[in-house]
Amino acid sequence: MAAPTVDRADAGAPAAVQTLTIAKAINSGLRAAMEADPKVIVMGEDVGKLGGVFRITDGLQKDFGEQRVLDTPLAESGIVGTAVGLALRGYRPVCEIQFDGFIFPAFDQIVSQVAKLHYRTQGRLKLPIVIRVPYGGGIGAVEHHSESPEGYFAHTAGLKVVTCSNPADAHWMIQQAIACDDPVLFFEPKRRYYEKGQVDTTAAPGPLFASRVLREGTDVTIAAYGPVVRTALEAAAAAEEDGRSLAVVDLRSLSPLDLGPVYESVRRTGRLVVVSEAPGEASLASHIAAQVQQECFYSLQAPVLRVTGYDTPYPPAKLEEEFLPDLDRVLDAADRSMAW
Amino acid sequence: MSSSEEWTHPGPDAVPATGAAPTAEQVIAGLKATDEGGSDLVQLLTPEGERVQHPDFAVDVTAEELRGLYRDMVLVRRVDREANALQRKGELGLWAPLLGQEAAQVGAGRAMRARDMAFPSYREHGVAWCRGVPPTDLLSMFRGTDQCGWDPVEHRFHPYTIVIGNQVLNATGYAMGQRFDGAVGDDGGEATMAFFGDGATSQGDVHEGFVWAAVYDAPVVFFCQNNQWAISEPTERQSRLPLYQRARGYGFPGIRVDGNDVLATLAVTRWALDQCRTGNGPVLIEAFTYRMDAHTTSDDPSRYRLSDELELWKLKDPIERVKVHLVKQQWADQEFFDHVELEAEELGARLREHCSSLEAPPAERIFSQVYAEGSPVVDAQRAEFLSYHAGFLGGER
Ligand SMILES: Cc1ncc(C[n+]2csc(CCOP(=O)(O)OP(=O)(O)O)c2C)c(N)n1
Repeated sequence: MAAPTVDRADAGAPAAVQTLTIAKAINSGLRAAMEADPKVIVMGEDVGKLGGVFRITDGLQKDFGEQRVLDTPLAESGIVGTAVGLALRGYRPVCEIQFDGFIFPAFDQIVSQVAKLHYRTQGRLKLPIVIRVPYGGGIGAVEHHSESPEGYFAHTAGLKVVTCSNPADAHWMIQQAIACDDPVLFFEPKRRYYEKGQVDTTAAPGPLFASRVLREGTDVTIAAYGPVVRTALEAAAAAEEDGRSLAVVDLRSLSPLDLGPVYESVRRTGRLVVVSEAPGEASLASHIAAQVQQECFYSLQAPVLRVTGYDTPYPPAKLEEEFLPDLDRVLDAADRSMAW
Repeated sequence: MSSSEEWTHPGPDAVPATGAAPTAEQVIAGLKATDEGGSDLVQLLTPEGERVQHPDFAVDVTAEELRGLYRDMVLVRRVDREANALQRKGELGLWAPLLGQEAAQVGAGRAMRARDMAFPSYREHGVAWCRGVPPTDLLSMFRGTDQCGWDPVEHRFHPYTIVIGNQVLNATGYAMGQRFDGAVGDDGGEATMAFFGDGATSQGDVHEGFVWAAVYDAPVVFFCQNNQWAISEPTERQSRLPLYQRARGYGFPGIRVDGNDVLATLAVTRWALDQCRTGNGPVLIEAFTYRMDAHTTSDDPSRYRLSDELELWKLKDPIERVKVHLVKQQWADQEFFDHVELEAEELGARLREHCSSLEAPPAERIFSQVYAEGSPVVDAQRAEFLSYHAGFLGGER
């Protein structure tokens, strides 16, 4: 599958190529999955008539009915806990958690049951559950609406955790997550929901649990995921004007992590900056840094640097610009890496 | 009514007295959940502004008191409308309107005494008013300049809670503490109020709060504002049973009050708080009301509810009925109404002015007060942050 930044909208493009926002692309992916498999059901708060607070499930209840698109009572533990039972009964539930900060009432069900039933029964029980979570900051919201809790789930064995950064991935990855027999946490970069890109709805997608090099480079490798992938690409474009070549790897899968392409790139550049919105302490970014120094020790010309959210609760919205990794902080880290 | 034992409650099989017994289909469709409760609904002032009596909840209000409640509701509504307009002008990131819920909140808020404690969710602007929180202090969270604009200890009004249901357990624990401290037992005792919505009643935290409060006889009034909707989901998405009837299952009284009737809400809440402060344990109040505006300024109710419903509820406006009653009783003249209106204008102007003066705090606020005893990690990050910013010309980026 081509990188989404590649422009393919020219005359002669196949009819299956559409320009969609990430939000619409997830919607079309959900629709395709529901059409393909009658066992796929969507459940969550306000997912029916309203189409979800971000309209990701818009129109699905109208077309698939109330038994396949469930407006659930307002209880996240209930949503995920009943999804476990539904999955045991042969359904493939796709749960929507309304915002990142509201996943915690369901935390117990996710880490105690969703993550462990397959293991405890040595494979006799399968849990093909997808839990969709709009995540991350940058939308000026009040508290609990801007968090990046993916690390808690990547930390938990038995769960798979993925995140998309562009419409093509959004469209395909949601379908692949639903088709996966393991539970998948599907993190959606909410501040990128309305960014457009091209989606080829016929071309076969690449593997779900794989990272992808979006941009080759020779000076510094940037590893990023979700909402900050775009930030990393913008930093790479800005750096190029200054004659500096940044490689950008979109991790896509956070658990399992596919660091192969990162290692390869680091072996070429000798430098790595990991970018993530989540606080850095005991984080995915820390883990990636440790893995890379272990695998690429002799290739590294500078320590691995991390550009992350700070180790504080998410601040009031008027300060989020200072909190979130931005272009300047990524470029600054690249400079520091080069200066080593 | 003096003790919870005396509280007569419909038996477990009883259906609310609505006249004709509902069909099984109606029950299954969840229609009971939004039924007004018939004779179980406590009302003291009809939508037409007539005073009616209730055997258990008599209340005597003087003309002055009723004028006070009227004034509270008008001013609270103005705060709400002004903040809503400020959001539309881009001055606030978000607002959660209380339009239509003034009586529920003012009735409950005015029933509280100074020593009582309140745990709100995020729409309790009217309760905040009654707790003496300056309305201007409500704006900072919605403007994104801070996360709690008031001193929760001074006002005995906890920070707004966004995560649905969380505060119900917190309130219960606080009330347990009141009891452990011996602060209940007679008329001078303390009590706690937990505010939440109909949707919240589905959350585990709320159920757990009910269990804890019952087990420990915590002096907590669970005040559920059933405004009929949890964003797009009607109450029957949360319950088959009228919510107030749930209390029975936990072993404490549940009362459904006309939440658009400030007198009934005041009377019922006073009763419930007295039950608590004198040591009779928790009470659930379901204030049956209606959210007249969107869930928040980000919501589009036209996608899920009919305007007919709104029109119906307009006839039950909580402020109008008090006004009619005041006029009928000759308890207030035009001069009074004009004066309140003027006050509302001034309050609105004050709010607008204050809002635009609310600046983003200095960026160091990100690192401030993460821990009570500090943290070397946060301290180091603050230092790094400051030196990084000092590197930009004049701190500009
Ligand atoms: C745990 C949690 N889940 C989801 C949300 C998103 N959300 C905010 S308000 C709301 C509806 C709440 O309805 P209700 O409890 O009836 O209170 P109301 O807003 O009507 O006063 C939802 C789903 C949240 N804030 N917290």
